[in-house]
Amino acid sequence: MKKTITLEVNGVPETAEVEVGTTLLRFLRDGLDLTGAKEGCNEGECGSCMVLLDGRPVNSCLVLAVEASGRRVTTIEGLSKDDVLHPLQKAFLSHAAIQCGFCTPGMIVSAAALLREKPEPSEDDVRKALAGNLCRCTGYRQIVDAVHSAAAEMRAAASVGGNGNADAGKPAACEEVTA
Amino acid sequence: MPSDLDFLSPTSVDEAIALKAVPGTAWLLGGTDLLPQMRAGRKAPGRLVDLKRIPGLHEIREVADGGLSIGAAVPLADVEVHPDVLDRFPLLAECAKTVGAWPLRQRATLAGNLCNASPAADTAVALLALEAEVEVASTVGRRTIPIREFFLGPGLSALEPGELVTAVVLPGASAGFRGSYLRLSRRKGMDLATVGVLVGKSNGTLPARWRVALAAVAPTPLRLRAVEELLEAKGAAAASEAAEAARLACRPITDLRGSAEYRREMVGVLVRRGALSLG
Ligand SMILES: Cc1cc2nc3c(=O)[nH]c(=O)nc-3n(C[C@H](O)[C@H](O)[C@H](O)COP(=O)(O)OP(=O)(O)OC[C@H]3O[C@@H](n4cnc5c(N)ncnc54)[C@H](O)[C@@H]3O)c2cc1C
Ligand code: FES
Ligand code: FES
Repeated sequence: MKKTITLEVNGVPETAEVEVGTTLLRFLRDGLDLTGAKEGCNEGECGSCMVLLDGRPVNSCLVLAVEASGRRVTTIEGLSKDDVLHPLQKAFLSHAAIQCGFCTPGMIVSAAALLREKPEPSEDDVRKALAGNLCRCTGYRQIVDAVHSAAAEMRAAASVGGNGNADAGKPAACEEVTA
Repeated sequence: MPSDLDFLSPTSVDEAIALKAVPGTAWLLGGTDLLPQMRAGRKAPGRLVDLKRIPGLHEIREVADGGLSIGAAVPLADVEVHPDVLDRFPLLAECAKTVGAWPLRQRATLAGNLCNASPAADTAVALLALEAEVEVASTVGRRTIPIREFFLGPGLSALEPGELVTAVVLPGASAGFRGSYLRLSRRKGMDLATVGVLVGKSNGTLPARWRVALAAVAPTPLRLRAVEELLEAKGAAAASEAAEAARLACRPITDLRGSAEYRREMVGVLVRRGALSLG
């Protein structure tokens, strides 16, 4: 059965007709051509489909598109701004935290959600926040280091009064998390 | 998923209950159990009724006896960091934060964890230990189910067909229990417990009250009152005796996560460890 949904994706209002059984992940990828979020397992196990829903990290393979109606979605594509990479994206590149890259969008989205809650996370905080994201390549060390490095950069940018990078560190959807 | 699947999002409990009258209707909270089960063909509802747009189900609020009522639609990620939960019912936070991983818990709910009635439901052991009450509503009215009567078998609960869980209530009398949830799994995140053992002890009351509850080692989550009584009579000095009693009381099976023998041994080890840590 088809339903009409309206939602905001990376700050852009969208209206679409979707089958009830269509996941948010499929809608983003096939309907909006936002192919950053990946379908790894389609059952909540791998985290490659992570997006922010009203600022919260969610496995978009376990959310129906109809459930996202009226809500705000941020995908990996929404973290960079005007071709300026998010500090996490830059840190993943500079720390070689990317090999095949399949897990990367999910990792970065989970990490972005963590840094919004905890700008200065411990090693344990990072590992726990990323426990739902599988990486088959890197062995995680470089990923954890990249998150710490990006966190430090974002804190530094915030303390000098906020510049382009600090803004990029806060996706619009993250600023107004509702209870 | 079937192409004629329908989806409704009522904004009141009464509406949600009325919609369930149509055969083949399933309620939806976080969907972290229901959607994978539908994809695997284990459940095949013809329409989903989403409960997350019902405002009253999103509250965590204090109740008259000093207890806490947790609305059915509150995600576990909010339960595990709630100041009143951490302060007065920390055992629930201990268990809640072991479910899946952090993003999964942004969707997964306490009520969903109960309704799914898995023997491995991590929050169930805390709710058994804290003598929680499950508030339900249906077309015939409202009632409260004591948690000890809730779990009947794997996937089976005491809910009648049209009954909707509105909230889980932690009674004021259970405030102040401290302890730990010792949980073994194949990996640290995103895996069901192979064995889960909760050992808790009351804070401040004399004589001390103890709580022991187990996950994934019987057809339902278990609370072991006899083991608690042993510890209440003799204290942590009886840790080994308590461990042996728990080992004998559990009824584990062998599955892909572990053998029955392994599980039984680990119940003993973890009950002893948990009791000694509270001595
Ligand atoms: C990758 C992964 C890892 C997991 N890890 C764990 C784990 O470590 N520990 C654990 O315990 N669980 C785990 N689970 C299972 C699941 O996440 C939990 O049981 C969760 O709490 C279910 O809550 P939900 O809100 O998603 O329920 P839903 O899936 O929305 O609902 C569960 C069931 O209850 C019914 N229902 C929903 N609302 C109501 C209501 N108000 N009244 C009556 N019936 C209702 C639904 O129709 C459905 O049958 C995991 C699941 C996944 C996918
Ligand atoms: S595709 Fe969603 S968790 Fe793997
Ligand atoms: S880089 Fe290949 S899965 Fe993580």
